[in-house]
Amino acid sequence: MDPNTAEHHHVPLRVYVWVWVGLIALTGVTVGARYADLHHMAIFTAILIATVKSTLVLLYFMHIRFEKPVFTVMILVLLVTYGIFIGLTFTDYSYR
Amino acid sequence: MPTGSKMSEKQTAHMDNHHVPGVVYDPVAIKIGMWLFLFTELLLFGTLFIVYGVYLHDFNWQFRLGSASLSIPIGTVNTVILLTSSLTMALSIAALQRSRKGRSIGLMWITILFAVAFLVIKTFEWSAKFAHGIYPGSDHLLELTKGENVFYGLYFTMTGLHALHVIIGIGLILFAMKRVSGERTTPERPLLLENTGLYWHLVDLIWIYLFPLFYLIS
Repeated sequence: MDPNTAEHHHVPLRVYVWVWVGLIALTGVTVGARYADLHHMAIFTAILIATVKSTLVLLYFMHIRFEKPVFTVMILVLLVTYGIFIGLTFTDYSYR
Repeated sequence: MPTGSKMSEKQTAHMDNHHVPGVVYDPVAIKIGMWLFLFTELLLFGTLFIVYGVYLHDFNWQFRLGSASLSIPIGTVNTVILLTSSLTMALSIAALQRSRKGRSIGLMWITILFAVAFLVIKTFEWSAKFAHGIYPGSDHLLELTKGENVFYGLYFTMTGLHALHVIIGIGLILFAMKRVSGERTTPERPLLLENTGLYWHLVDLIWIYLFPLFYLIS
């Protein structure tokens, strides 16, 4: 996509409103899940829902869906880097 | 539309060259710079989340006990407030892109209103904890388990650092508002407002993880 048109991409306002509706609904789901008896799956579920919510924020509110691919690549590099941090920390920690 | 915006882009660049020799307004480069800064913010909170993860593993029931002392309704209300402020911020940017300057500034005021509401609620929340003798280094905390101390330590550190970002965000939005009303940030050159928006959404993004990890694990 041409960078200049990407900069001036007009996202329809209803898209933002729907994303907001989705985020509020997912907040309801995550609070509801707290009262369901999920035991050790509770943390996993909470993080999963939070990740869906943050993906919505990244893609729409933060415009990543409408930006040049370089931004997606940068974010993926960050996520892989952070994944390595987590992986190494917990590997180190669990074999002490 | 593509040629039109390309033209205005070129004209802006030309004007810039005229104004400051050798300086070109490059929206993509400006935005990449902002994202690189946001990455340092994400890694700052990211390391704290790793600390949280390790101690959640070590002090599982103590963390659950600590979490049970936080109010889920208050946390939920603050989550809704912050998510809604993200919507008004996104709509403010959209308004400026559509050359609706007044509406853009109005939406920034609403965003700030939500941000202040968030901080007021957070202050009440913290004050209630302080009133119960729960604050870093308090005598009451020393009587509790090590795990609960770690939980409250992380709670105050992470929500405090987040609140600091909310305060900085309010400052940035006020600055963007001044620039928009003075027409230094315009529909042709909206990057300052867009980057302010990115910062504000980052604050929201971090809270999306803080909320379940502190309030919903009891």
